[in-house]
Amino acid sequence: MKNLTTFLRIIHNGIVGFIRSFSLAVAAIAVMVITLTIVLFSILTNVTFGNTIAQITSQIDISVYLNNSDSSQQTTSLVNSLKKLPDVQSVQYLNKTQVLKAYENQNSSNQQLLNAISVTSNPLPATINIKPQNLNQISVIKNYLNQPSVVALQSDPPSYSGNKELAINRITKATNILRDIGVIAVVAFVIVSALIIFNTIQMTIFNRRDEIRTMRLLGANKIFIRGPFIVESIIYGLLAGILSVLIINEVFVTVSSTLKASSLGLLDISYSNTYFDNNFFKLLLIQVLIGVLIGVVSSYSATRKYLKFKVR
Amino acid sequence: MILLDRVTKRYIKDLPPAIDRMSLYIEPKEFVVVVGQSGSGKTTLLKLLTREEVPTSGKIIVGGIDFDKLKDSKIPQLRRKIGVVFQDFKLLPNKNVFENIAFALEIVGVSKREIKYTIPKVLDIVNLKGKEKRMPIELSGGERQRVAIARAIVRQPRILIADEPTGNLDVKHAWDVIEVLEKINRYGTTVLLTTHNVEIVNKLKRRVITIADGKIISDRANAGYHNKIVHEDET
Repeated sequence: MKNLTTFLRIIHNGIVGFIRSFSLAVAAIAVMVITLTIVLFSILTNVTFGNTIAQITSQIDISVYLNNSDSSQQTTSLVNSLKKLPDVQSVQYLNKTQVLKAYENQNSSNQQLLNAISVTSNPLPATINIKPQNLNQISVIKNYLNQPSVVALQSDPPSYSGNKELAINRITKATNILRDIGVIAVVAFVIVSALIIFNTIQMTIFNRRDEIRTMRLLGANKIFIRGPFIVESIIYGLLAGILSVLIINEVFVTVSSTLKASSLGLLDISYSNTYFDNNFFKLLLIQVLIGVLIGVVSSYSATRKYLKFKVR
Repeated sequence: MILLDRVTKRYIKDLPPAIDRMSLYIEPKEFVVVVGQSGSGKTTLLKLLTREEVPTSGKIIVGGIDFDKLKDSKIPQLRRKIGVVFQDFKLLPNKNVFENIAFALEIVGVSKREIKYTIPKVLDIVNLKGKEKRMPIELSGGERQRVAIARAIVRQPRILIADEPTGNLDVKHAWDVIEVLEKINRYGTTVLLTTHNVEIVNKLKRRVITIADGKIISDRANAGYHNKIVHEDET
């Protein structure tokens, strides 16, 4: 009962302290809002770059052209073997008729070409389309396709050869660098934010150090002195987390309505917007948790300095 | 009630000590005035009694607590037994009069009902009835000091230490504060008051201990010498 009373008093004192030192609180929350907004923005940018990279990756596939003489048993066996390879996302077999139909659809506006094809027997080979899971692992598929027994089944070299292969390699390299930069940026922003918030709360508590010393001289124990400061920091973190999410929300609304563009270079705004909307509560929770966690650690550490009972 | 046995406090190794082999005994319910010039060691003496400072050597016993056996974690318990009034009031700026006094009771887990019952009585003693909701900044110096006294006595401590409580006050407010301290002493609390106001010392007619350079240079009671005084030169 006594512990419950103490607990409730700590919460009450924390809330009252927050209200009565409002000007200090506003300054601390403002700094937290700015830093948490930057963190959220970096998270969203990273996710959006990730999506752009995934889209580029998904558009790259390997086409294997088969001989007309290959038996259906040989084709099925090759498809099954390819499916078993690591890092193969999907394998799609198209017979000659399906390939022709796809080709006609792709060139539906070129009537001359369609006429030329219609007068000859189907010149297009049956094709296996392979989507790799990871562009870095494309060499496994390549080695498999270069085996003599597999080469024998092919009418032409696979479609990644020549300039395309070079392009794939470059895209792979670029996307890997972008992904690494994104992760490093998020981590860096979180660390910098933590330090800024830490110092802001330290300054806030530094301004009230005499209060802490007085409480100590009156015989208050550590938890009774420190508790309300921690409660205040939780309120800071809670408000700053919520405000940062609301600010980003407002930015999206403004950007979409004023720019009327769905993307800014590699930054796909419409995807960011959708991702933000779909994960609103998850992001809100992350922001609030980051704010509260840094707040609690900072206030715990800052009060520690003034709470030492060890005297000179 | 308070015992100091050959206590020395030295802040810097090669400089003279702030308290130099001081021995002192104060009986329960006594009203003792400690006088001395600035830098004589008065404040250090009080800081030693509240365990804000640790002596370099010597023994201190306050309210039955032997400081040699006192763990750091038990310091709050010691401070709850002693009421302290500071020269600069040390009120909590974000709390109103009622809350400042209530704080002293909240830290020892007194119930809300008891707090509501006790505080008006204490405010009555220090003549601050009706000012419960005022913030410290809205009070005069004398009123602030009386809030500090109310906060120090609300737990009914056996010992009240007042460090220059009249130092920042005009003559009228200074006497208000002294009257309150006398009233508390009549209720049975041991009072240890430091001051360098000669007029107050002369009018109080209580035991007066004079300190200079960290040593007791005289210890006299108006009603005759106290029979339990331990003089420094006896050691």
